[in-house]
Amino acid sequence: MRRILVIALAFALLGAACGGDGNSELVDLAAACEVGDVDGDLDLYNWSEYIDPDLVTAFEADFGVTVNESFYDSNEAMLPQIESGGNDYDLVVPSDYTVTIMSEEGLIIALNKDAIPNLSNLDPAFTGLPYDENDEYSVPYQWGTSGIGYSYDVVPEDWEASWEIIFDPGFAPDVSGRISLLNDPRETMGIALKYLGYSINTTDQAELDEAVELLKGIKDRVKLFDSDQFEDLLVSGETTVAHGWSGDFFAAFDEASDDTYDAYEDFGYGIPKEGAVAWVDTMAIPITADAPCTAHTFINFLLDPENGAALTNFNFYASPNAASEPFVDPEILEDETIYPPDEVFERLEFLADTGDFETNYSDAFNEVKS
Amino acid sequence: MTTRDGSALTRRLDRILKGHAWFVYLFFYLPILVLIVFSFNESRFFTWEALSLRWYRQMFANDNLMAALWASLQVAAVSTVISTALGTAAALALERYKRFLGKRTFDALLYLPVIIPDVTMAAMLLVFFTSLGRQLSITTIVLSHIAFNISFVSIVVRARLANLDPALEEAAADLYAGRWQAFRKITLPLIMPGVLGGALLALTLSLDDVVITQFVKGPDTLPTFVFGLIKRGVTPEINAVSTLMLTASVVLVLGSLALQRRN
Amino acid sequence: MTTDGPVTAELEADAERAESRRGLFLALPSYIYLLFLFALPLLIIGVYSFASRSRTGMPKLEAWNLDSITKLFTDDLIRSIFARSLIVAILTTAFCLLVGYPFAYYIATRSEKTRNILLVFVMIPFWTNFLVRTYAWRVLLGEDGLITELGRFLNLWDSMLFTLPAVYIGLVYGYLPFMVLPLYAAIERLDWSLVEAARDLYASGWVAFRRVTLPLTKQGIIAGSILVFIPSLGAYVTPDILGGAKTTLIGNYVVNQFLTARNWPLGSSVSMAIMVVMLIATIWYFRSGAKTL
Repeated sequence: MRRILVIALAFALLGAACGGDGNSELVDLAAACEVGDVDGDLDLYNWSEYIDPDLVTAFEADFGVTVNESFYDSNEAMLPQIESGGNDYDLVVPSDYTVTIMSEEGLIIALNKDAIPNLSNLDPAFTGLPYDENDEYSVPYQWGTSGIGYSYDVVPEDWEASWEIIFDPGFAPDVSGRISLLNDPRETMGIALKYLGYSINTTDQAELDEAVELLKGIKDRVKLFDSDQFEDLLVSGETTVAHGWSGDFFAAFDEASDDTYDAYEDFGYGIPKEGAVAWVDTMAIPITADAPCTAHTFINFLLDPENGAALTNFNFYASPNAASEPFVDPEILEDETIYPPDEVFERLEFLADTGDFETNYSDAFNEVKS
Repeated sequence: MTTRDGSALTRRLDRILKGHAWFVYLFFYLPILVLIVFSFNESRFFTWEALSLRWYRQMFANDNLMAALWASLQVAAVSTVISTALGTAAALALERYKRFLGKRTFDALLYLPVIIPDVTMAAMLLVFFTSLGRQLSITTIVLSHIAFNISFVSIVVRARLANLDPALEEAAADLYAGRWQAFRKITLPLIMPGVLGGALLALTLSLDDVVITQFVKGPDTLPTFVFGLIKRGVTPEINAVSTLMLTASVVLVLGSLALQRRN
Repeated sequence: MTTDGPVTAELEADAERAESRRGLFLALPSYIYLLFLFALPLLIIGVYSFASRSRTGMPKLEAWNLDSITKLFTDDLIRSIFARSLIVAILTTAFCLLVGYPFAYYIATRSEKTRNILLVFVMIPFWTNFLVRTYAWRVLLGEDGLITELGRFLNLWDSMLFTLPAVYIGLVYGYLPFMVLPLYAAIERLDWSLVEAARDLYASGWVAFRRVTLPLTKQGIIAGSILVFIPSLGAYVTPDILGGAKTTLIGNYVVNQFLTARNWPLGSSVSMAIMVVMLIATIWYFRSGAKTL
């Protein structure tokens, strides 16, 4: 047994040692990429159903390469796959706080901006964001908010969305037992913090404790915690108020509507007046890439105005690509909860990595659920 | 054993057992019915709208889904065959041989994959494969599935072997010249229900595993693909795939049973 | 033994050695496989229990400490979560045994051909995806679901979705085949002449069952219970989807450490603790079972 232990230790150390090699070489390679260059097939590691399949086909036809897609469903599932280097992914789609982690841990490379001229199409509001202050490592893909979806059975159509509907037991009409909250410590602790007037990225244990007490107090009002099907449960009438991501709600409303029925007459989505969580998914090139030029070309391809709009028309999330707006469906573009006006935008806060305090959020959420 | 004496009590007990069995089958198939019915529903939601083949069309057009299905079937087939062979041999060794080098360690080792939380096994296999410098691929998925399936197979086979009379095998050993023949003619048929059960269990576990596969995967298998799709709320396509797989397995099973009957 | 000549003793020793070689030969492939693809990785993760959390999740192999281990023994939250999960697992196992035994008994007492068909039809539903099946239960148990309608018609129950009964229905549904397979294997090879004899001996069928059938199928009961108990203890998807994720179970807790909190050291040490508890429980079960039954 002792021999096995030694071997295991050796393996573990080996695994730790061969983490970050080959990085500088890749940066050099990427630096030589010209606009429109391809240097091999693209291994794309993306969230499921996040890209219009027609766009992939168009890219393959235009540049004569194959795009191999793999999928993940959370940043935390993607991170170890990239860090371990077990797959040669050329492009990943990490969310905001994950970009910080990946760049600081040396898991993604600095981009060669010369190879991505379409960067100029980006809305200036989406440059220099806190997770990647110098826009060195990532290019915004799409963005959205997490707010409240609700049925007009309980609130008037001109209701100004507020977290009160969840946290205030005196709210009329009573929605107790008909509420769903996201099953995610950062998001759900986040709204409680927001309601209390604190930052969603607080690292103050006292503030977090207060949020725990608040959530515990209203736990009986909550029917379930769910991050996957909250939109379907709202549309099918199982819940009347749901905390969740904007695009999922709109996709569900759209899907439920047909020639004879308009789900938008029965359901709405709002960004609460107290403020809410916003997120940005980005494109980044991992150090495992073996076709860095194709990856740059793909980023540039998606930043094209029409292609950027195609993404938004496909999944109802806003595009950070300002030049794409003329090509976005007018209904989506005019929806203030997808493309919020400036004063709403100011109330939004992006999730940031809180370092070791992340474990406190996780404990707090388990505390709520005990 | 239906021929056992038919007192009124036994008959009544048999009726109750039969009723219970039908109830359990209903329990097993109710969700399956839901799934089949809604695979033909026009709407994406679980409210009936109209009969439609929309999801079947979409399923066949979805290359990623088809690739995942194919990968899943390959993984399940290979890992079931290998783990059934290894697991059965392990069960025989443990039940039929009083002692051999490291038997006790082996016995304990064989239980560990069953009692480890799957996410832990997932994390450790990821670290292991990548520290070996191995590329993650369909092979790493198969290797991982075998690693947990060996144990499940051996547990089922051992349950079968435990009270089986060794005298039968000894008599067979006297009767036939070789051990192999004795095994093939006597032991194997006797433990076959256990082996079959173990194989079925292995197949099921392989077709269902999400967490471990998600960590060690190269290409997506059906479960990991479905896991991502459900996040985006596109389930009827999956219902269509499931219905198709069900139909295929029922046809396969009935076909092989019919063949057996003819021989 | 002393009366045996030296030649016989030597022959016996030889035979024994040959026997032990054959045993090892049979075990060797899986032995080697599990050493490399299980024991070795397990030791790596064991080592991780003493490492410190990194931002990406995979621990840094420096700054060795006992934090995760200490937390295991001092944290009230972990203890209460563990206790809760234990109750869920025990109840699920009991329900599966109650439902599964008569079911397996029925299948095992049919004719050989029917038996095989019945058994395969137990497994077929489980070749569709686990998640899809669990979501189908959401439909059945939901506001307009078939089972809810039935309950309302009988005036017995309303929608059970996102309550504890729904969790148990889901768990029993998911793990019942694990109980049925070994039970079937054990009952099928029962020596019926013994049961017959017992029936003649004891007046009541129940006593015959309790004194003869049950002990003879003990191995199946133990195997089935282990196969159900263990995944129930680690269950996290079913409680989330059907129970509404309102209470954390130990399975959720471990998964959260790996996939949300990015705290692999704590995840590793909790897993190790679970494994130790289960190993002890299994061994204890075997030992006591062998004596009392």
